[in-house]
Amino acid sequence: MTVVERREVALVDLLDRLLAGGVVIAGDLTLRIADVDLVRIDLNALISSVNDKVPSPWEERP
Amino acid sequence: MTSGLRYVYAVCRPFDAALQSQLSGVAGVPPKLLSHHGLIAVLSEVPGHDFEEEALKARLEDLDWLSATARAHQGVIDALTTVTTPLPLRLGTVFRDDSGVRTMIEAREDEFRRTLDRLEGRVEWGVKVYLDAGDAAPERPAAKPASGRDYLLQRRMRTRSNEEMWQNAETFARGLHDSLSGRAEDFRMHAPQNSALSGAAGRNVMNAAYLVPRGESEEFVELVDRTKDDTPGLRVELTGPWAPYSFTGEE
Repeated sequence: MTVVERREVALVDLLDRLLAGGVVIAGDLTLRIADVDLVRIDLNALISSVNDKVPSPWEERP
Repeated sequence: MTSGLRYVYAVCRPFDAALQSQLSGVAGVPPKLLSHHGLIAVLSEVPGHDFEEEALKARLEDLDWLSATARAHQGVIDALTTVTTPLPLRLGTVFRDDSGVRTMIEAREDEFRRTLDRLEGRVEWGVKVYLDAGDAAPERPAAKPASGRDYLLQRRMRTRSNEEMWQNAETFARGLHDSLSGRAEDFRMHAPQNSALSGAAGRNVMNAAYLVPRGESEEFVELVDRTKDDTPGLRVELTGPWAPYSFTGEE
């Protein structure tokens, strides 16, 4: 049997599943977190975290 | 002051085994089970100041918080997969109180049962293909072009070898996907990951998820292992087994 190395799960792999997968429930009693918002939030969070190292593609560097 | 809200991780069928006792859930609150109409909602009572709609939006922009919450969510789902096949809900599914959770179960119980039947005993494997540009086309310190014509020639050769690399990568990924999807019940293609975000070396050209019966996982993993070192310059990465996150939607 091949032993699969169980390294720590990478955050991006996790977010692929937790933010793009899973049952989406948007009933009256939930707080209605739209999936579109979540995807944008996920990117915002990740992009701002790497901003120091990675120049934004939308801005000219001074 | 808002009272506790209900953060729901998953819906599943009743199970006999006890859930891991040391499990700390989202916001550090151990999960509990809410049984209704023959289904179980797995939830934590979380503080309103972090999980009210506006607060949650702000919190999700905080990478440390998002990361801790995602890992706590995953921890609970992982523990559930050892005792049952859970139907994971999307991160950040929050209800005002237990009766909101019950109403949701009533509204969707048929759908939950159908999906739980379909996913029973299945796990998800993630397979990513990376193009290691560095290996496939070593950056030779190009000789200084003697003329404009030399320069254009060098550039054209570089472009061509890039194109070849892409074509090889695409052919490899397609072949791998054909053989893996032959062994899987279903698959999903996720968007390739940005290497700046993942921190992984190389360029992600395929990011797929496969739904595989737990009992056939060993063969599936061996199949990935066998094909993995076939082509220089390409790297295959396997993750899992995951709960079937990518397959919770009805066709």
